Amino acid sequence: MVETTATAEPLAHYPLDALAAGTRAIGAARLTALGPVSRLAFRGREAAIQAAGEAFGVALPREANRRNTANGRHALWLGPDEWILLAPGADPAPLFAAIETATTGLPHSLVDVSARSVTLEVAGSKAAYVLNQGNPLDLSLDAFPVGTSTRTLFHKAEIVLSRITPDTFHVDVWRSFAPYVWEMLEDARRELA
Amino acid sequence: MLIINCPWCGARPEIEFRYGGEAHVARPADPAAMSDQEWADFLYNRTNPKGLHAERWRHIHGCGRYFNAVRDTVSDFFVTTYKAGEPRPDIGESGQ
Amino acid sequence: MTNRFRTHSGGRIDRGAPVSFRFDGKTYSGFKGDTLASALIANGVHLVGRSFKYHRPRGFLSAGSDEPNALVNVARDAARMSPNLRATQVELYEGLKATSQNRWPSLGFDAGAANDFVSPFLPAGFYYKTFMWPAGAWKRFYEPKIRAMAGLGVAPTLPDPDRYTQNYAYCDVLVVGSGPAGLAAALAAAESGATVWLVDEQPELGGSLLAERTATIEGKPAQQWLSDTLATLAAKDNVTLLPRTTAFAYFPHNMIALAERVTEHLAAPGADLPRERLWQLRAREVVLATGALERPLVFPDNDRPGVLLADSARTYLNRYGAKPGDRAVIFTACDAGYRTALDLAAGGVAVVAVADLRREVHGELPARALAAGIDVRPATVVTGTTGRLRVSGARLAKIKGGPSVDPVGASETLACDTVLMSGGFTPSVHLFSQSRGKLVWDAASGAYLPGSSVERERSAGACRGITGLQRVLEDGYGQGEAAARASRDASSPARGATPPPGASSKSFPAQADDLGTDGFIGATPHARNPAFTKAFVDWQNDVTAKDITLATREGFRSIEHVKRYTTTGMATDQGKTSNMNTLGIVAEALGESVPKIGLTTFRPPFTPTTFGLFAGAARGDQFDPVRKTAIHDWAAEHGAAFEDVSLWKRAWYFPKALPDGRREDLHAAVARECKAVRSSVGMFDASTLGKIEVVGPDAAEFMNRMYTNAWAKLEPGRLRYGVMLREDGFVMDDGVVGRLSSDRFHVTTTTGGAPRVLAHMEDYLQTEWPELDVWLTSTTEQWAVIAVQGPKAREVLAPLIEGIDLAKEAFPHMSVREGTILGVPTRLFSVSFTGELGFEVNVPAHYGRAVWEAIFAAGQPFGITPYGTETMHVLRAEKGYIIVGQETDGTQVPDDVNLGWAVGKAKKDFVGKRSLARASMSAPDRKQLVGLRTTDPKVVLEEGAQIVADPKAPVPVPMLGFVTSSYYSAVLGHSIALAVIKGGRARIGTRLSVPMPDRVIEVEIVEPVFYDPKGERLNG
Ligand SMILES: [Zn+2]
Repeated sequence: MVETTATAEPLAHYPLDALAAGTRAIGAARLTALGPVSRLAFRGREAAIQAAGEAFGVALPREANRRNTANGRHALWLGPDEWILLAPGADPAPLFAAIETATTGLPHSLVDVSARSVTLEVAGSKAAYVLNQGNPLDLSLDAFPVGTSTRTLFHKAEIVLSRITPDTFHVDVWRSFAPYVWEMLEDARRELA
Repeated sequence: MLIINCPWCGARPEIEFRYGGEAHVARPADPAAMSDQEWADFLYNRTNPKGLHAERWRHIHGCGRYFNAVRDTVSDFFVTTYKAGEPRPDIGESGQ
Repeated sequence: MTNRFRTHSGGRIDRGAPVSFRFDGKTYSGFKGDTLASALIANGVHLVGRSFKYHRPRGFLSAGSDEPNALVNVARDAARMSPNLRATQVELYEGLKATSQNRWPSLGFDAGAANDFVSPFLPAGFYYKTFMWPAGAWKRFYEPKIRAMAGLGVAPTLPDPDRYTQNYAYCDVLVVGSGPAGLAAALAAAESGATVWLVDEQPELGGSLLAERTATIEGKPAQQWLSDTLATLAAKDNVTLLPRTTAFAYFPHNMIALAERVTEHLAAPGADLPRERLWQLRAREVVLATGALERPLVFPDNDRPGVLLADSARTYLNRYGAKPGDRAVIFTACDAGYRTALDLAAGGVAVVAVADLRREVHGELPARALAAGIDVRPATVVTGTTGRLRVSGARLAKIKGGPSVDPVGASETLACDTVLMSGGFTPSVHLFSQSRGKLVWDAASGAYLPGSSVERERSAGACRGITGLQRVLEDGYGQGEAAARASRDASSPARGATPPPGASSKSFPAQADDLGTDGFIGATPHARNPAFTKAFVDWQNDVTAKDITLATREGFRSIEHVKRYTTTGMATDQGKTSNMNTLGIVAEALGESVPKIGLTTFRPPFTPTTFGLFAGAARGDQFDPVRKTAIHDWAAEHGAAFEDVSLWKRAWYFPKALPDGRREDLHAAVARECKAVRSSVGMFDASTLGKIEVVGPDAAEFMNRMYTNAWAKLEPGRLRYGVMLREDGFVMDDGVVGRLSSDRFHVTTTTGGAPRVLAHMEDYLQTEWPELDVWLTSTTEQWAVIAVQGPKAREVLAPLIEGIDLAKEAFPHMSVREGTILGVPTRLFSVSFTGELGFEVNVPAHYGRAVWEAIFAAGQPFGITPYGTETMHVLRAEKGYIIVGQETDGTQVPDDVNLGWAVGKAKKDFVGKRSLARASMSAPDRKQLVGLRTTDPKVVLEEGAQIVADPKAPVPVPMLGFVTSSYYSAVLGHSIALAVIKGGRARIGTRLSVPMPDRVIEVEIVEPVFYDPKGERLNG
C-alpha cells in the first residue's frame, strides 16, 4: 500500500529480511516484503472520527471492511470503532501528534503500532489462489473488490488483508507471525514455479 | 464449517469467530446485593435448550465485535444474528 | 500372457502408448488409460488379494471406488508408499510398482488360509466371544496374533516426503459426478452464467457414458456427445472441471470437501506439485449426480476370483478393452445382466448362460439376448462356484417356487472362467445422507431415495432413482437450471426443493437401453449345507449371509447393532456393495419389511482419504507459527538454548563454552547467570510479555473494574502490579501496569495470557460497559522489552538514556518515563522481577536488537550477563514471586497466593469481587502458598510432587498440597521450593513429607520469600 524503502533505518531489523532475500521469482504470484510505514491504531466515538480523518487527510471509512486512500495515505476500517491509519515514513511521531492535537477532548484512543506488524505483497494472476490456500474468504472480485481491507486469517495467523488492485494484495501481519505467513505463502505458490 | 452472519461484516466463515456462551445474561448491577445462590445462578447456571438458543459470538478475527445469534441447537443452523445490546428477536422457543 | 484378454480394438485406452508395470514382482504391460485393475484383467490376472478374516483368495469385484477386494500397496520408494489403494482406481504409469496385501508368504499360497478351514469356529462376533478368557490373554496373545494375521495394508515407516496443499474456494453451483445427469446439470448451470464446478472421482469425466457402446444422444454416439459436451464446458470461463477429485465429505452450509489427486497418475511428478489438494469448496447450490452402484448377488462361493459385478465387467470390456474371461456365466436379477451379455458376445467373450432370478423374463434386452442365441434361463440361481484361485465353473439350479424362500432343484455345473452378477442398482445417496437429508424408501424400485433436503442441494439422475438415459439427461439439465436459479437468489431457503423429473427446459433425445428398476435385495436361495457354504455379503470384512442371520438369531434386531456385531459395512468401503443386501437378509430373518429395519448412517469420507490431505502444509516447523522476538537471532548467535512458551521461542539459558570445548549444562549456566544478576548485572529478553494499551477518558475507571487493585490514585509516571480475576474470583492473570498519563495505561500480561486477557477485557467493555469511553489496543508486538537487572543496572543504562533522569530520587522503583535510547523512543520502567534494582527498556520492536546490542556493549565493564527464562524463574522464586499458571491453576483466590494485599478492599465492585465474598473463598483450610526447605539442602523436589502429613497413613493417603516450583538456588546454597498446602500459612515452621517412588523427602514449611525478605535491594 505504502511504498517506502528500508534504507533510512540503519538501526532497524525486520523479521522478513533474511527470508525475502532468498525468495524465488514466480510471476504468477510474486512475493515481496514491503518497507517500513507508520501505522496508527485509532479508536473512538463518533465525535472524534471526523476530526481524526481531517487531521490524517483521509476520511475514515464508515462502511465495513473498506479502505479510503488519499495522497499515499490509507485509512482501513477494521471494526465499527476501529481503524488502522497507514502513512509513508518510518517515524510516526509527527502524524501521531497531529491527530492527537486535532482530537483533544474528544473521546478516542490513538496508539502507535508501527512496529507491531510488517506488510508483504502478493501480486500476480494467481495471487488470490495462493492466498486462498490459507485464507477462507471468497476472494473473487465481486465478493472482495479492490478497496477491501479486513482482518481475517491466513492458516493459523491473524492478518489484515487488503486488495490493492485486482491482482495485488497486501498482507499486514504481526511481526512474530510474519516468517510463518511468509513460509506458508512460499509453500502455496511453489506449485506455480 | 458454518457460515456466520456478522451484523457488521456480513457472511463470514466460522473459523473467524469465537463462541461466547449464552446471550442476555447481564452482569448484575449490584453484585454485593445478591445472595450466594443468586450469584451462583448468574455465574454457572444456563438454560441449555434443545431448539432455539440465543448465544454470544465474537468476530474475533474480523471486526472484533461481540454480537448475539439465535441458533437451533438441533439443526446447528443459525436463525438470525443481531448486535450486542439489541433485544432477542421474537421468534419463539423451538425451531424446525 | 501379454494382454491375452485385450480386445483387438475399442475402448478409451491409448493403444499407441504401452506402459510397463510390476505387480507382486512380475512385470506386465498395459496401456495409457488403463487402471491397474483393467491392465491386470487384460493380462488374465484376477487373483489380487486375500480376504481379511479367512484369507480366501480374492479377485476384482468392481471397476470403481466401491471395490472391496483389490486393495494394493503402491510404492514409488520406501517413503512414498500407499497401502490400501483400490486397484480399480490406480491409474497406470510407466514403472508403477504394486503389491498385493494381506497374504503370507505369497498370494498363491497363504498360510492364513487355514482360517478358512477352521471358519466354523470364527462366526459373527467371534472377537467378542472367543478372546475373553483367560484374563490378560487379549493383550499378550490374541491381539498381537490377530493384528499379524488380519489387518489391511502396512503403514509406511518413513515420513511422507510428498507435499499436500489445501485451498478454499467458492462457486455458485457444484455438480458432483460427471455422468449424463451431472454433465447436463453442469451444462444448464453454466449456460445461465453461474460459476460451476464439475467434479468426478475418475480420471476421465463422463461416468457411465465412458462405457457406452451403442447409445446415442442428440443423434450422436454417446462418446462423441460426451467429448463435445466436455469441450463446450471447458471453453467456458465460468466452469471448472476437476477429474480425479472425490467429493468425500458434505459439511454444513454447503461446504464440500474435495480430494484432488494431482500427481498420483504421473510417472515422474515434479517436486513442486502437491501430491493431493484438499478443496474446501463452498457452493451456493449443490447438484448431486452421484449415480448408482451395482449390487452383488449373495450366493455361495460368490467371492472366487473371476466373480465380478456384471456392469463392471462391461466397463472393463467397453472402456478398457479388457475381457473378464473367455467364458462367462451371468447371474442377474435385472436387465443389466443382458446388457453385459450382449456386449460380451459382441466383444468376443462366450456367454455360456444367463441365469435370471426372475420367474419371468421379458422386455427388450432379454429378447435381444435370446435373438443373439444366448442361453437364457429364467427362475434360475447360481448356488455355488468351483475352482481354487480362479472360478472354473458355476452351479446353476432352477427355483421351484418364489425367488427367495423356496427350495431349488438339482444343480448343473457349467464350465466358465468368469461369473458376472447383477442384483440391480443402489442409488448412491452417501453425500445426500451426509448432508443430513432424509432418505425415503421407494417400494416401487426397492431403494432408498433422497427425500427432503436440509442443505441447498438437489439430486439428479440415477442417484435419485431415475432410469433411462434421456430421462436422466433431462433430469440433470432441469436440476442444473434450478440450481443456477436458486444460486442467484440469496434469500432462497436453506432447503432446496427438488423439482420433479421432466422440469428441464431442454430435451435430450437419446437412444439407449433402459435397465428399469428390477433387482434383488438379500441372499439368493440355495439347497446346500449352510455349515459348509459361504455366501458373502461384505467382501472386505468377510461377512457372510450366515453371519447376519446368526446375529438376528442371537437377538440383534437393530441394523446398527447387527452392523457392529458382524462388522458388516464397517470396512474401508463402508458397505457400498453390502449395505442393501444386509438389510434384505435381516428383513427376511426377522420377517419385517426393509424400511422397518432402517438404514445405517453414511459418514465421511466417501472413500478413504490420506492423512497428508488433512495435514496440508501444517507439518514439521510449519505446524504452528513459531514466534520469535526481535532479539531471538542475537540469542541464537550467542549459543542460547530455547524453550517453547505458548507459541514463542524463549531463550532458556545461555551456556558458555568451557575450556575443554564443551558447553555448560543447564545447572552450571543458571548458577552463573543467577550470581551475575545478584552481584552485578544481567539482561533478559522480556519481549514476549503481553501488552495492551488502555486509552480513553474512562481508562482508570475501566482498570478499576477489571483489576483487583485501586487505580484512580495511581499517578502518571508510576507503575503498579495488577491482579486480574475471573468473575468466579480466581486469579486469571497478573502484570505490571504503567500509567503514562491520566487517560493512558501501558498494561502488561503474562506471555501466554495476552490474547485471553485482551478478549476478557473486550468482552466486558463491549457487552457490559459499552458506555465507558476507553479502548484497547494490543501492543505486545510493538515493543521489544529488555530487562536490565542487578545492582549495576543503573550504571549500565545511564550513559545510553536521553531525556530521563535515572537518579534514585527522580526515578524511584515502580516508575515509568519516556525518553530515548540511541535516539530511539523508549518507555523505561523501573521494575524488578528479580528482587534486584532493575529496569525494563521498551523500544519499538524493529530497534530491539540494536538496543539490546548497545546495552550489552555498555555492560561489558560490569560483566553484564544475558540470562534466560530458567534463571528468571529461579530469581523470582527466591523472592517468592508467583507465576500465574505455575503457582496457580485456576482455583486460587488472591489470598491463596499471598496477593491479598493487591485487592482494593474499599472498591465497591470489580470483576470477581462478589465471588471472593463467598465463605468458602476465605476458609482457613484453603491451599495457601508457602515455601519449602528440604532437610538435605542438595535435594531438589519434583514440581508437582504431592505433600502429605504421614506417608505411612493407610491408602488413600490424604494429600495436603503439592510443589508448584522447585529449583536449586546457587546464590543461597540450598534448594528452594514453592508449594500450595492446605492451611499452609499456619503450618510454617512445621515439617511434612513428600513421598517419592524410591524414598520419602522431609520438608520444612517456611515463608515463601527466601532472599532479601525486606526488599532492600530493590532500590539499589
Ligand atoms: Zn465482523
